[in-house]
Amino acid sequence: MRGAERQVKKRRISLPDKTFQEINAKIKAGKAVVVTAEELIQLVAEKGVGRAAREVDVVTTGTFAPMCSSGAYFNFGHSAPRIKFHRLWLNGVPAYAGLAAVDAFLGATALPDEDPLNMNHPGEFRYGGGHVIEEFVAGKPIRLKATGYGTDCYPRREIETVITLGDLNEAVLFNPRNAYQNYACAVNTGPRTLYTYMGVLRPHSGNAHFSTSAQLSPLLKDPYFRTIGVGTRIFLGGGTGYVVHHGTQHFPGIPSLPADAPRIPSGGTLAVIGDLKRMSPQWLRGTSMLGYGATLSVGVGVPIPLLNEEICYYASRPDSDLYAPVIDFAEDYPNRRPGKLGMISYAELKSGRITLQGKEVPTAPLSSYSKAREICGILKEWIASGKFLLGEPVTLLPGPDAGIIPKTLEDRGPERRNG
Amino acid sequence: MAPSKVVLRFPAAIADKPIIFHLVRDFDLMINILKANINPHKEGTMVLDVAGENVIEGLEFLRRQGVTVQPLTEEIVRNEERCTHCGACTAICPSGALYIERPAMLVCFDSEACVLCQLCVRACPVRAMEVRI
Repeated sequence: MRGAERQVKKRRISLPDKTFQEINAKIKAGKAVVVTAEELIQLVAEKGVGRAAREVDVVTTGTFAPMCSSGAYFNFGHSAPRIKFHRLWLNGVPAYAGLAAVDAFLGATALPDEDPLNMNHPGEFRYGGGHVIEEFVAGKPIRLKATGYGTDCYPRREIETVITLGDLNEAVLFNPRNAYQNYACAVNTGPRTLYTYMGVLRPHSGNAHFSTSAQLSPLLKDPYFRTIGVGTRIFLGGGTGYVVHHGTQHFPGIPSLPADAPRIPSGGTLAVIGDLKRMSPQWLRGTSMLGYGATLSVGVGVPIPLLNEEICYYASRPDSDLYAPVIDFAEDYPNRRPGKLGMISYAELKSGRITLQGKEVPTAPLSSYSKAREICGILKEWIASGKFLLGEPVTLLPGPDAGIIPKTLEDRGPERRNG
Repeated sequence: MAPSKVVLRFPAAIADKPIIFHLVRDFDLMINILKANINPHKEGTMVLDVAGENVIEGLEFLRRQGVTVQPLTEEIVRNEERCTHCGACTAICPSGALYIERPAMLVCFDSEACVLCQLCVRACPVRAMEVRI
Protein backbone atom coordinates (compact mmCIF):
# COMPACT_ATOMS: atom_id res chain seq x y z
CA MET A 1 0.00 0.00 0.00
CA ARG A 2 1.37 3.38 -0.90
CA GLY A 3 1.91 6.08 1.71
CA ALA A 4 -1.02 8.28 0.71
CA GLU A 5 -3.47 5.39 0.76
CA ARG A 6 -2.28 4.23 4.19
CA GLN A 7 -2.69 7.74 5.58
CA VAL A 8 -6.20 8.01 4.20
CA LYS A 9 -7.24 4.69 5.75
CA LYS A 10 -5.85 5.74 9.16
CA ARG A 11 -7.53 9.12 9.16
CA ARG A 12 -10.82 7.71 7.94
CA ILE A 13 -11.52 6.17 11.34
CA SER A 14 -12.08 9.55 12.98
CA LEU A 15 -14.70 10.68 10.45
CA PRO A 16 -18.23 9.24 10.36
CA ASP A 17 -19.35 8.32 6.85
CA LYS A 18 -22.02 10.44 5.18
CA THR A 19 -25.01 8.49 3.91
CA PHE A 20 -26.89 8.58 0.60
CA GLN A 21 -30.02 9.68 2.52
CA GLU A 22 -28.23 12.63 4.12
CA ILE A 23 -26.82 13.77 0.80
CA ASN A 24 -30.18 13.37 -0.95
CA ALA A 25 -31.84 15.46 1.76
CA LYS A 26 -29.29 18.20 1.05
CA ILE A 27 -29.89 17.91 -2.72
CA LYS A 28 -33.66 18.29 -2.20
CA ALA A 29 -33.05 21.34 -0.02
CA GLY A 30 -30.80 22.78 -2.69
CA LYS A 31 -27.88 22.75 -0.24
CA ALA A 32 -25.69 19.97 -1.61
CA VAL A 33 -22.14 20.90 -2.55
CA VAL A 34 -21.47 19.42 -5.98
CA VAL A 35 -18.22 19.68 -7.92
CA THR A 36 -16.90 18.12 -11.11
CA ALA A 37 -14.00 15.66 -10.97
CA GLU A 38 -11.69 18.39 -12.32
CA GLU A 39 -12.82 20.78 -9.62
CA LEU A 40 -12.29 18.14 -6.92
CA ILE A 41 -8.71 17.58 -8.08
CA GLN A 42 -8.07 21.30 -7.70
CA LEU A 43 -9.82 21.45 -4.33
CA VAL A 44 -7.88 18.51 -2.90
CA ALA A 45 -4.62 20.01 -4.13
CA GLU A 46 -5.50 23.23 -2.27
CA LYS A 47 -7.17 21.98 0.90
CA GLY A 48 -6.24 18.33 1.25
CA VAL A 49 -8.37 15.19 1.15
CA GLY A 50 -9.86 15.61 4.63
CA ARG A 51 -11.32 19.08 4.14
CA ALA A 52 -12.48 18.32 0.60
CA ALA A 53 -14.28 15.19 1.83
CA ARG A 54 -16.05 17.18 4.53
CA GLU A 55 -17.01 20.08 2.29
CA VAL A 56 -18.09 18.27 -0.87
CA ASP A 57 -21.12 15.98 -1.08
CA VAL A 58 -21.01 14.78 -4.68
CA VAL A 59 -18.40 14.71 -7.44
CA THR A 60 -19.54 14.30 -11.04
CA THR A 61 -17.66 12.18 -13.59
CA GLY A 62 -18.22 11.64 -17.29
CA THR A 63 -17.10 10.01 -20.49
CA PHE A 64 -18.04 10.25 -24.17
CA ALA A 65 -16.60 7.64 -26.51
CA PRO A 66 -17.49 4.83 -28.89
CA MET A 67 -19.04 2.01 -26.84
CA CYS A 68 -19.76 -1.02 -29.00
CA SER A 69 -21.77 -3.01 -26.49
CA SER A 70 -24.72 -0.66 -26.77
CA GLY A 71 -28.16 -0.98 -28.29
CA ALA A 72 -31.83 -0.36 -27.80
CA TYR A 73 -34.95 -2.45 -27.50
CA PHE A 74 -38.30 -1.40 -28.83
CA ASN A 75 -41.96 -2.28 -28.80
CA PHE A 76 -43.45 -1.14 -32.09
CA GLY A 77 -47.18 -1.66 -31.35
CA HIS A 78 -49.35 -4.05 -33.38
CA SER A 79 -50.35 -3.74 -37.01
CA ALA A 80 -53.73 -4.72 -38.43
CA PRO A 81 -53.77 -7.55 -39.25
CA ARG A 82 -51.14 -8.57 -36.73
CA ILE A 83 -47.64 -9.75 -37.58
CA LYS A 84 -45.12 -11.65 -35.49
CA PHE A 85 -41.70 -10.37 -36.57
CA HIS A 86 -39.42 -13.15 -37.77
CA ARG A 87 -36.92 -10.84 -39.45
CA LEU A 88 -36.79 -7.07 -38.97
CA TRP A 89 -34.82 -4.22 -40.56
CA LEU A 90 -34.69 -0.58 -39.44
CA ASN A 91 -33.35 1.63 -42.24
CA GLY A 92 -31.96 -1.57 -43.71
CA VAL A 93 -30.09 -2.54 -40.54
CA PRO A 94 -31.17 -5.91 -39.12
CA ALA A 95 -32.53 -5.96 -35.56
CA TYR A 96 -32.92 -9.07 -33.41
CA ALA A 97 -36.56 -10.11 -33.38
CA GLY A 98 -36.25 -13.30 -31.35
CA LEU A 99 -38.44 -11.81 -28.64
CA ALA A 100 -42.22 -11.32 -28.38
CA ALA A 101 -44.19 -10.54 -31.57
CA VAL A 102 -43.34 -6.85 -32.00
CA ASP A 103 -40.39 -6.47 -29.62
CA ALA A 104 -36.86 -6.26 -31.00
CA PHE A 105 -33.31 -5.34 -30.00
CA LEU A 106 -31.10 -3.26 -32.27
CA GLY A 107 -27.37 -3.53 -31.62
CA ALA A 108 -25.04 -0.58 -32.18
CA THR A 109 -22.67 -2.58 -34.39
CA ALA A 110 -25.34 -4.19 -36.62
CA LEU A 111 -24.73 -3.57 -40.33
CA PRO A 112 -27.03 -3.58 -43.38
CA ASP A 113 -27.14 -6.95 -45.15
CA GLU A 114 -25.75 -5.35 -48.31
CA ASP A 115 -22.81 -3.58 -46.61
CA PRO A 116 -19.57 -4.40 -48.45
CA LEU A 117 -17.89 -4.87 -45.02
CA ASN A 118 -14.15 -5.25 -45.45
CA MET A 119 -14.29 -6.64 -48.99
CA ASN A 120 -12.57 -3.49 -50.18
CA HIS A 121 -10.30 -3.11 -47.17
CA PRO A 122 -10.50 -0.87 -45.20
CA GLY A 123 -14.30 -0.81 -45.29
CA GLU A 124 -16.01 2.44 -44.40
CA PHE A 125 -18.97 1.15 -42.34
CA ARG A 126 -20.80 4.41 -42.87
CA TYR A 127 -24.13 3.28 -41.46
CA GLY A 128 -25.09 0.80 -38.76
CA GLY A 129 -27.21 0.24 -35.68
CA GLY A 130 -25.65 3.19 -33.85
CA HIS A 131 -26.60 5.51 -36.69
CA VAL A 132 -30.21 4.24 -36.60
CA ILE A 133 -30.33 4.96 -32.85
CA GLU A 134 -28.96 8.47 -33.41
CA GLU A 135 -31.58 9.15 -36.12
CA PHE A 136 -34.38 7.77 -33.94
CA VAL A 137 -33.36 10.09 -31.11
CA ALA A 138 -33.12 13.01 -33.54
CA GLY A 139 -36.80 12.42 -34.38
CA LYS A 140 -36.13 11.36 -37.96
CA PRO A 141 -38.45 8.94 -39.78
CA ILE A 142 -37.12 5.37 -39.88
CA ARG A 143 -38.07 2.75 -42.47
CA LEU A 144 -39.34 -0.44 -40.86
CA LYS A 145 -39.43 -3.64 -42.86
CA ALA A 146 -40.37 -6.95 -41.32
CA THR A 147 -41.31 -10.43 -42.40
CA GLY A 148 -43.32 -13.04 -40.52
CA TYR A 149 -44.11 -16.67 -41.24
CA GLY A 150 -47.82 -16.32 -40.50
CA THR A 151 -49.68 -17.91 -37.61
CA ASP A 152 -53.36 -18.20 -36.77
CA CYS A 153 -53.04 -15.31 -34.34
CA TYR A 154 -50.43 -13.32 -36.32
CA PRO A 155 -51.41 -13.96 -39.95
CA ARG A 156 -49.52 -11.13 -41.67
CA ARG A 157 -46.30 -12.08 -43.46
CA GLU A 158 -44.85 -8.73 -44.44
CA ILE A 159 -44.91 -5.07 -43.48
CA GLU A 160 -43.09 -2.00 -44.79
CA THR A 161 -43.82 1.28 -43.08
CA VAL A 162 -42.26 4.43 -41.68
CA ILE A 163 -42.00 5.14 -37.96
CA THR A 164 -40.61 7.75 -35.60
CA LEU A 165 -39.57 7.45 -31.97
CA GLY A 166 -42.85 9.00 -30.85
CA ASP A 167 -44.85 6.23 -32.56
CA LEU A 168 -43.34 3.51 -30.40
CA ASN A 169 -44.67 2.22 -27.09
CA GLU A 170 -41.21 1.77 -25.61
CA ALA A 171 -37.77 2.66 -26.85
CA VAL A 172 -35.12 1.83 -24.26
CA LEU A 173 -31.37 2.20 -24.53
CA PHE A 174 -29.86 -0.89 -22.95
CA ASN A 175 -26.10 -1.18 -23.07
CA PRO A 176 -24.54 -4.39 -21.75
CA ARG A 177 -21.09 -2.78 -21.46
CA ASN A 178 -20.33 0.93 -21.14
CA ALA A 179 -17.90 3.26 -19.40
CA TYR A 180 -14.88 0.96 -19.44
CA GLN A 181 -12.80 1.72 -16.39
CA ASN A 182 -9.47 1.66 -18.13
CA TYR A 183 -8.37 1.04 -21.65
CA ALA A 184 -5.25 0.07 -23.49
CA CYS A 185 -3.14 2.61 -25.31
CA ALA A 186 -2.85 1.09 -28.79
CA VAL A 187 0.25 1.16 -30.97
CA ASN A 188 1.30 -0.74 -34.06
CA THR A 189 4.94 -1.84 -34.21
CA GLY A 190 4.36 -3.70 -37.50
CA PRO A 191 5.19 -2.59 -41.04
CA ARG A 192 1.69 -1.80 -42.38
CA THR A 193 -1.13 0.57 -41.40
CA LEU A 194 -3.75 -1.12 -39.23
CA TYR A 195 -7.45 -0.23 -39.15
CA THR A 196 -8.71 -1.11 -35.70
CA TYR A 197 -11.37 -0.33 -33.14
CA MET A 198 -8.67 1.94 -31.71
CA GLY A 199 -8.62 3.94 -34.95
CA VAL A 200 -6.04 4.05 -37.72
CA LEU A 201 -2.68 2.91 -36.35
CA ARG A 202 0.28 3.88 -38.48
CA PRO A 203 3.17 1.45 -38.94
CA HIS A 204 6.37 1.42 -36.89
CA SER A 205 4.64 2.99 -33.89
CA GLY A 206 3.69 6.03 -35.97
CA ASN A 207 0.99 6.99 -33.49
CA ALA A 208 -0.57 5.87 -30.21
CA HIS A 209 -4.29 6.00 -29.49
CA PHE A 210 -5.96 5.91 -26.09
CA SER A 211 -9.61 6.03 -25.11
CA THR A 212 -10.69 7.14 -21.67
CA SER A 213 -11.45 10.48 -20.12
CA ALA A 214 -8.95 9.43 -17.40
CA GLN A 215 -9.30 11.88 -14.49
CA LEU A 216 -12.98 12.40 -15.42
CA SER A 217 -13.69 8.71 -16.10
CA PRO A 218 -16.44 7.33 -13.83
CA LEU A 219 -14.98 3.97 -12.85
CA LEU A 220 -11.40 5.21 -12.49
CA LYS A 221 -12.75 7.54 -9.83
CA ASP A 222 -14.36 4.79 -7.75
CA PRO A 223 -11.92 1.92 -8.38
CA TYR A 224 -13.05 -0.12 -5.36
CA PHE A 225 -16.76 0.25 -6.22
CA ARG A 226 -17.56 1.80 -2.83
CA THR A 227 -20.50 3.81 -4.23
CA ILE A 228 -21.50 2.47 -7.67
CA GLY A 229 -23.94 -0.41 -7.87
CA VAL A 230 -27.27 -1.68 -9.14
CA GLY A 231 -29.63 1.29 -9.02
CA THR A 232 -27.06 4.08 -9.34
CA ARG A 233 -28.80 6.89 -11.22
CA ILE A 234 -26.68 8.29 -14.06
CA PHE A 235 -26.52 10.68 -17.01
CA LEU A 236 -27.07 8.50 -20.07
CA GLY A 237 -27.19 9.80 -23.63
CA GLY A 238 -28.38 13.21 -22.46
CA GLY A 239 -31.19 11.75 -20.34
CA THR A 240 -31.44 9.83 -17.10
CA GLY A 241 -30.37 6.23 -16.85
CA TYR A 242 -29.50 3.58 -14.30
CA VAL A 243 -26.76 1.09 -13.64
CA VAL A 244 -28.53 -2.28 -13.78
CA HIS A 245 -25.63 -4.70 -13.35
CA HIS A 246 -21.92 -4.85 -13.79
CA GLY A 247 -21.15 -4.78 -17.50
CA THR A 248 -19.85 -7.64 -19.59
CA GLN A 249 -16.09 -8.23 -19.30
CA HIS A 250 -16.19 -6.67 -15.83
CA PHE A 251 -12.67 -7.28 -14.56
CA PRO A 252 -12.23 -4.93 -11.61
CA GLY A 253 -9.14 -6.68 -10.27
CA ILE A 254 -6.09 -4.57 -9.56
CA PRO A 255 -2.98 -6.49 -10.57
CA SER A 256 -0.50 -6.96 -7.77
CA LEU A 257 2.51 -4.95 -8.72
CA PRO A 258 5.74 -3.87 -7.01
CA ALA A 259 5.23 -1.25 -4.32
CA ASP A 260 6.23 1.72 -6.43
CA ALA A 261 4.42 0.61 -9.60
CA PRO A 262 1.25 2.41 -10.67
CA ARG A 263 -1.77 0.62 -9.22
CA ILE A 264 -4.45 0.63 -11.84
CA PRO A 265 -7.59 -1.46 -12.25
CA SER A 266 -7.70 -3.67 -15.32
CA GLY A 267 -11.22 -2.68 -16.24
CA GLY A 268 -14.59 -2.72 -14.55
CA THR A 269 -17.62 -1.97 -16.72
CA LEU A 270 -21.28 -0.94 -16.36
CA ALA A 271 -24.49 -2.33 -17.81
CA VAL A 272 -26.84 0.64 -18.12
CA ILE A 273 -30.40 1.37 -19.15
CA GLY A 274 -32.49 4.47 -19.86
CA ASP A 275 -35.51 5.82 -21.71
CA LEU A 276 -34.36 6.56 -25.26
CA LYS A 277 -37.26 8.96 -25.76
CA ARG A 278 -35.69 11.36 -23.27
CA MET A 279 -32.20 11.26 -24.76
CA SER A 280 -30.48 13.51 -27.28
CA PRO A 281 -28.59 12.91 -30.54
CA GLN A 282 -25.84 15.15 -29.15
CA TRP A 283 -24.96 12.40 -26.68
CA LEU A 284 -25.72 9.34 -28.82
CA ARG A 285 -23.72 9.56 -32.00
CA GLY A 286 -23.53 6.96 -34.78
CA THR A 287 -19.87 6.18 -35.29
CA SER A 288 -17.80 4.46 -38.00
CA MET A 289 -14.39 2.96 -37.35
CA LEU A 290 -12.57 2.63 -40.67
CA GLY A 291 -11.85 -1.01 -41.47
CA TYR A 292 -13.49 -2.14 -38.23
CA GLY A 293 -17.20 -1.44 -38.11
CA ALA A 294 -20.05 0.78 -37.04
CA THR A 295 -20.81 1.60 -33.43
CA LEU A 296 -22.33 4.22 -31.13
CA SER A 297 -20.60 6.97 -29.18
CA VAL A 298 -22.34 7.26 -25.84
CA GLY A 299 -22.25 9.96 -23.20
CA VAL A 300 -22.25 8.56 -19.65
CA GLY A 301 -21.99 10.54 -16.42
CA VAL A 302 -21.89 9.03 -12.93
CA PRO A 303 -22.24 10.95 -9.66
CA ILE A 304 -19.97 9.76 -6.86
CA PRO A 305 -21.08 10.69 -3.35
CA LEU A 306 -18.10 11.51 -1.15
CA LEU A 307 -19.20 9.36 1.76
CA ASN A 308 -15.75 9.37 3.35
CA GLU A 309 -12.13 10.40 2.86
CA GLU A 310 -11.09 7.22 1.12
CA ILE A 311 -13.72 7.72 -1.60
CA CYS A 312 -12.64 11.35 -1.87
CA TYR A 313 -8.99 10.34 -2.22
CA TYR A 314 -9.65 8.01 -5.15
CA ALA A 315 -12.06 10.44 -6.81
CA SER A 316 -9.39 13.14 -6.69
CA ARG A 317 -6.59 11.28 -8.42
CA PRO A 318 -5.35 13.30 -11.40
CA ASP A 319 -4.21 12.15 -14.84
CA SER A 320 -0.63 11.89 -13.59
CA ASP A 321 -1.66 9.09 -11.14
CA LEU A 322 -3.68 7.11 -13.69
CA TYR A 323 -1.98 4.78 -16.14
CA ALA A 324 -2.82 2.92 -19.34
CA PRO A 325 -1.06 -0.25 -20.48
CA VAL A 326 0.51 0.13 -23.93
CA ILE A 327 -0.57 -2.74 -26.17
CA ASP A 328 0.87 -3.69 -29.56
CA PHE A 329 -1.89 -4.26 -32.13
CA ALA A 330 0.53 -5.64 -34.74
CA GLU A 331 0.78 -9.18 -33.34
CA ASP A 332 0.08 -9.28 -29.60
CA TYR A 333 -3.51 -8.04 -29.49
CA PRO A 334 -4.99 -9.93 -32.47
CA ASN A 335 -3.44 -13.19 -31.31
CA ARG A 336 -4.42 -12.65 -27.65
CA ARG A 337 -0.80 -12.79 -26.63
CA PRO A 338 -0.08 -11.41 -23.20
CA GLY A 339 2.44 -8.67 -22.76
CA LYS A 340 2.55 -4.95 -22.91
CA LEU A 341 5.07 -2.38 -24.02
CA GLY A 342 4.83 -0.52 -20.72
CA MET A 343 2.59 1.74 -18.69
CA ILE A 344 2.01 5.38 -19.58
CA SER A 345 0.27 7.99 -17.45
CA TYR A 346 -2.72 9.80 -18.89
CA ALA A 347 -0.92 13.08 -18.22
CA GLU A 348 1.74 11.99 -20.72
CA LEU A 349 -0.80 10.58 -23.17
CA LYS A 350 -2.82 13.80 -23.11
CA SER A 351 0.29 15.91 -23.74
CA GLY A 352 0.26 14.71 -27.37
CA ARG A 353 3.64 12.95 -27.33
CA ILE A 354 5.10 9.97 -25.54
CA THR A 355 8.44 8.25 -25.74
CA LEU A 356 8.11 4.60 -26.54
CA GLN A 357 11.14 2.31 -26.83
CA GLY A 358 13.30 5.38 -27.35
CA LYS A 359 11.09 6.80 -30.09
CA GLU A 360 8.90 9.87 -29.88
CA VAL A 361 5.33 8.90 -30.78
CA PRO A 362 2.40 11.31 -31.31
CA THR A 363 -0.68 10.40 -29.25
CA ALA A 364 -4.37 11.03 -29.78
CA PRO A 365 -7.53 10.20 -27.87
CA LEU A 366 -10.63 8.48 -29.28
CA SER A 367 -12.61 9.60 -26.24
CA SER A 368 -13.71 13.23 -26.26
CA TYR A 369 -12.31 14.91 -23.16
CA SER A 370 -14.17 18.15 -23.86
CA LYS A 371 -17.52 16.32 -24.14
CA ALA A 372 -16.72 14.38 -20.93
CA ARG A 373 -16.09 17.69 -19.19
CA GLU A 374 -19.42 18.99 -20.53
CA ILE A 375 -21.22 15.93 -19.11
CA CYS A 376 -19.61 16.52 -15.68
CA GLY A 377 -20.91 20.09 -15.83
CA ILE A 378 -24.45 19.12 -16.88
CA LEU A 379 -24.72 16.45 -14.18
CA LYS A 380 -23.40 18.91 -11.59
CA GLU A 381 -26.09 21.39 -12.59
CA TRP A 382 -28.83 18.73 -12.45
CA ILE A 383 -27.82 17.70 -8.93
CA ALA A 384 -27.15 21.21 -7.61
CA SER A 385 -30.56 22.38 -8.84
CA GLY A 386 -32.29 19.57 -6.98
CA LYS A 387 -33.76 17.78 -9.99
CA PHE A 388 -31.46 14.74 -9.90
CA LEU A 389 -31.26 12.65 -6.72
CA LEU A 390 -28.65 9.99 -6.07
CA GLY A 391 -29.81 6.42 -6.55
CA GLU A 392 -28.64 4.36 -3.59
CA PRO A 393 -27.42 1.01 -4.89
CA VAL A 394 -29.42 -2.07 -3.94
CA THR A 395 -26.10 -3.86 -4.10
CA LEU A 396 -22.63 -2.58 -4.99
CA LEU A 397 -20.84 -3.92 -8.05
CA PRO A 398 -18.13 -6.52 -7.53
CA GLY A 399 -14.83 -4.78 -6.84
CA PRO A 400 -11.18 -5.81 -6.87
CA ASP A 401 -11.71 -8.13 -3.89
CA ALA A 402 -14.34 -10.22 -5.70
CA GLY A 403 -11.57 -12.26 -7.32
CA ILE A 404 -13.07 -12.19 -10.81
CA ILE A 405 -10.73 -13.87 -13.28
CA PRO A 406 -11.17 -13.30 -17.04
CA LYS A 407 -12.27 -16.38 -18.97
CA THR A 408 -11.29 -17.07 -22.54
CA LEU A 409 -12.83 -18.90 -25.46
CA GLU A 410 -10.81 -21.98 -26.33
CA ASP A 411 -10.87 -24.24 -29.34
CA ARG A 412 -12.13 -27.52 -28.00
CA GLY A 413 -12.68 -30.85 -29.66
CA PRO A 414 -15.90 -32.87 -29.88
CA GLU A 415 -14.76 -35.20 -27.08
CA ARG A 416 -15.75 -32.52 -24.56
CA ARG A 417 -19.23 -32.26 -26.10
CA ASN A 418 -19.73 -36.00 -25.77
CA GLY A 419 -18.18 -36.24 -22.33
CA MET B 1 -5.96 16.99 -69.73
CA ALA B 2 -3.83 16.51 -66.64
CA PRO B 3 -4.59 18.72 -63.67
CA SER B 4 -2.11 21.51 -63.07
CA LYS B 5 -2.30 21.28 -59.29
CA VAL B 6 -1.73 17.94 -57.62
CA VAL B 7 -1.43 16.59 -54.08
CA LEU B 8 1.49 14.18 -53.61
CA ARG B 9 2.01 11.78 -50.75
CA PHE B 10 5.46 10.27 -50.25
CA PRO B 11 5.78 7.08 -48.23
CA ALA B 12 8.47 7.18 -45.55
CA ALA B 13 10.80 4.90 -47.52
CA ILE B 14 11.27 7.38 -50.33
CA ALA B 15 10.91 10.66 -48.43
CA ASP B 16 14.66 11.32 -48.62
CA LYS B 17 15.11 10.54 -52.32
CA PRO B 18 15.47 13.27 -54.94
CA ILE B 19 12.25 12.75 -56.90
CA ILE B 20 10.83 16.14 -57.83
CA PHE B 21 14.18 16.96 -59.42
CA HIS B 22 13.47 14.34 -62.11
CA LEU B 23 10.27 16.13 -63.12
CA VAL B 24 12.39 19.08 -64.15
CA ARG B 25 15.40 17.28 -65.64
CA ASP B 26 13.80 14.25 -67.32
CA PHE B 27 10.34 15.55 -68.16
CA ASP B 28 11.11 19.19 -68.78
CA LEU B 29 8.32 20.34 -66.47
CA MET B 30 7.92 23.68 -64.79
CA ILE B 31 7.06 23.16 -61.14
CA ASN B 32 5.96 25.38 -58.31
CA ILE B 33 5.83 23.90 -54.82
CA LEU B 34 2.78 25.39 -53.08
CA LYS B 35 3.00 23.41 -49.84
CA ALA B 36 5.43 20.81 -48.60
CA ASN B 37 5.77 18.79 -45.47
CA ILE B 38 8.73 16.47 -45.86
CA ASN B 39 10.72 14.94 -43.03
CA PRO B 40 13.40 12.25 -43.19
CA HIS B 41 12.01 8.74 -42.59
CA LYS B 42 8.43 10.00 -42.29
CA GLU B 43 5.55 10.13 -44.72
CA GLY B 44 5.61 13.44 -46.59
CA THR B 45 3.04 15.50 -48.44
CA MET B 46 3.32 18.16 -51.11
CA VAL B 47 0.97 20.33 -53.13
CA LEU B 48 2.53 20.99 -56.51
CA ASP B 49 1.63 23.23 -59.44
CA VAL B 50 3.03 21.54 -62.51
CA ALA B 51 3.05 22.67 -66.17
CA GLY B 52 4.64 21.46 -69.42
CA GLU B 53 4.06 19.07 -72.31
CA ASN B 54 4.92 15.90 -70.39
CA VAL B 55 2.73 16.38 -67.31
CA ILE B 56 0.97 13.01 -67.71
CA GLU B 57 4.25 11.16 -68.15
CA GLY B 58 5.76 13.03 -65.21
CA LEU B 59 2.90 12.13 -62.89
CA GLU B 60 3.07 8.53 -64.07
CA PHE B 61 6.77 8.56 -63.14
CA LEU B 62 5.83 9.75 -59.64
CA ARG B 63 3.32 6.93 -59.25
CA ARG B 64 5.95 4.40 -60.30
CA GLN B 65 8.19 5.72 -57.52
CA GLY B 66 5.46 4.97 -54.99
CA VAL B 67 4.12 8.50 -54.70
CA THR B 68 0.33 8.85 -54.39
CA VAL B 69 -0.92 11.49 -56.83
CA GLN B 70 -4.31 13.17 -56.45
CA PRO B 71 -5.71 16.15 -58.29
CA LEU B 72 -6.19 19.28 -56.21
CA THR B 73 -9.78 20.09 -57.01
CA GLU B 74 -11.23 20.01 -53.55
CA GLU B 75 -11.05 21.44 -50.12
CA ILE B 76 -11.61 19.77 -46.76
CA VAL B 77 -14.17 21.29 -44.44
CA ARG B 78 -15.22 20.33 -40.96
CA ASN B 79 -18.87 19.81 -40.11
CA GLU B 80 -18.78 21.65 -36.79
CA GLU B 81 -22.11 20.21 -35.71
CA ARG B 82 -20.95 16.60 -36.11
CA CYS B 83 -17.44 16.94 -34.68
CA THR B 84 -17.28 15.58 -31.13
CA HIS B 85 -13.71 16.78 -30.54
CA CYS B 86 -12.56 13.25 -29.80
CA GLY B 87 -9.14 13.71 -31.37
CA ALA B 88 -8.95 10.51 -33.46
CA CYS B 89 -7.86 12.56 -36.50
CA THR B 90 -5.01 14.42 -34.85
CA ALA B 91 -2.21 11.85 -34.77
CA ILE B 92 -2.82 10.70 -38.35
CA CYS B 93 -3.00 14.19 -39.92
CA PRO B 94 0.40 14.44 -41.63
CA SER B 95 0.57 18.23 -41.80
CA GLY B 96 -0.61 19.17 -38.32
CA ALA B 97 -3.69 20.90 -39.73
CA LEU B 98 -5.81 18.96 -37.22
CA TYR B 99 -4.50 19.38 -33.70
CA ILE B 100 -5.64 19.45 -30.10
CA GLU B 101 -5.69 22.75 -28.29
CA ARG B 102 -4.63 22.25 -24.69
CA PRO B 103 -5.76 22.38 -21.93
CA ALA B 104 -9.26 22.78 -23.43
CA MET B 105 -8.71 19.50 -25.34
CA LEU B 106 -10.67 20.86 -28.29
CA VAL B 107 -9.80 19.72 -31.81
CA CYS B 108 -8.83 22.61 -34.09
CA PHE B 109 -8.67 22.57 -37.88
CA ASP B 110 -6.30 24.93 -39.68
CA SER B 111 -7.42 24.67 -43.31
CA GLU B 112 -4.38 26.73 -44.39
CA ALA B 113 -2.09 23.91 -43.22
CA CYS B 114 -4.26 21.17 -44.80
CA VAL B 115 -2.55 19.33 -47.67
CA LEU B 116 -5.77 17.59 -48.78
CA CYS B 117 -4.48 14.08 -48.22
CA GLN B 118 -8.02 13.15 -47.08
CA LEU B 119 -6.83 10.70 -44.42
CA CYS B 120 -9.13 12.42 -41.91
CA VAL B 121 -12.20 12.08 -44.12
CA ARG B 122 -12.33 8.32 -43.70
CA ALA B 123 -10.65 8.11 -40.30
CA CYS B 124 -13.07 10.49 -38.55
CA PRO B 125 -15.35 8.20 -36.50
CA VAL B 126 -18.37 10.50 -36.81
CA ARG B 127 -17.66 11.54 -40.42
CA ALA B 128 -17.28 15.20 -39.56
CA MET B 129 -14.57 15.87 -42.16
CA GLU B 130 -16.03 16.46 -45.61
CA VAL B 131 -14.67 17.00 -49.11
CA ARG B 132 -16.06 20.07 -50.82
CA ILE B 133 -15.58 20.16 -54.58
